[in-house]
Amino acid sequence: MAWVAHVEAIRDRKDQAAFAEIFGHFAPRVKAFLMKSGTSPELAEECTQEVMTTLWRKAHMFDPAKASVSTWIFTVARNRKIDILRKERRPEPDDLPWGPEAEPEQEEVMVIQQETRKLGEALADLPDKQKDLIFKAYYGELSHSEIAEQTGLPLGTIKSRIRLALDRLRRQMT
Amino acid sequence: MQQEITHHLNDALLMGYSAGVLPEAFNLIVAAHVSMCDECRARLAEFDAVGGEVVATGETAEMAPDSLARTLAAIAEAPADADDAEERRQAQAAPGSVPRPVRDYIGGDLDAVKWRRVGGGVRQAVLPTSADASARLLHIPAGCAVPDHGHAGTELTLVLQGAFRDETDRFGAGDVEVADADLDHQPVAEEGEDCICLAATDAPLKFNSMLPRLAQPFLRI
Repeated sequence: MAWVAHVEAIRDRKDQAAFAEIFGHFAPRVKAFLMKSGTSPELAEECTQEVMTTLWRKAHMFDPAKASVSTWIFTVARNRKIDILRKERRPEPDDLPWGPEAEPEQEEVMVIQQETRKLGEALADLPDKQKDLIFKAYYGELSHSEIAEQTGLPLGTIKSRIRLALDRLRRQMT
Repeated sequence: MQQEITHHLNDALLMGYSAGVLPEAFNLIVAAHVSMCDECRARLAEFDAVGGEVVATGETAEMAPDSLARTLAAIAEAPADADDAEERRQAQAAPGSVPRPVRDYIGGDLDAVKWRRVGGGVRQAVLPTSADASARLLHIPAGCAVPDHGHAGTELTLVLQGAFRDETDRFGAGDVEVADADLDHQPVAEEGEDCICLAATDAPLKFNSMLPRLAQPFLRI
């Protein structure tokens, strides 16, 4: 459940202490990610502050049944990166109509958070060469065709969990 | 419609979209297909989780000493986005005939498309994207064929309405065909309903007859 409670505290109570902790952990990682992706340290610093500001402002949009906090922060940072480095629009999928239920099931939340942790462990256990390639891909150092040559990503069961949640949602809608 | 999708995005496209390395036109195809396909939505979530772990377990860089203070100051100026849940519900209550990312590029629904004829009854409309690849809508009347063409690069074709067949298979609404340089094909719309596709390519198409090739510079395909 790492960091989920922090985002909820920011959303519900505008908790600055929780924000300071999440900032302390993620901001240096986001900054390094942006620098690895080709931004200058100055620009990376500025963009990281913007990414963390977005985390505060959009805390109500975070759905812990669909993603971990690190996944969410990554998507925000990636979109900001495309914005500044390529200066083009980023088409995003249509939101799903997540029914009237405001709060996701606690069990669903736990499963997704656990599965993400397991994915992280599986990535850490990869041979260095393969791990290196995955990191390079997300730093934007591999072209689309170089990515196509990659195989054997240790993807776990996050997909099937999310798929189950989507199926349940579709049934509720009909 | 969800169950009928049989042709999906491949891992390279989903990972490329997640990593942010695809041309804008390809991003549009991915976003549109994911809007229509829960299977690929779930697979994309997994690739985003990989990205999350790359950030979470990657290196760290030292922040400026006043970094947190400046961020809090920025937050104090504009504390939180209004909850746009109501707005989103309304947008979903009035769904168009094409996914929202495509509507965003058209600037409206299909009736707002400014079609141009490209011969054989086929019409197309180029959508504004970055120059490293191009995206266009194709309107193929029922029973008609798109001119026989090969590709210099990769061509992605997403069916938005109707269905087409080519030398490889049948593609219905939500299906995406990934065609590489070695595929020389002639898509034909099925009888019964006009077929509307979103196609993206990272290289100019090579038409196998004289007329379309001459027209190519004017059509921007």
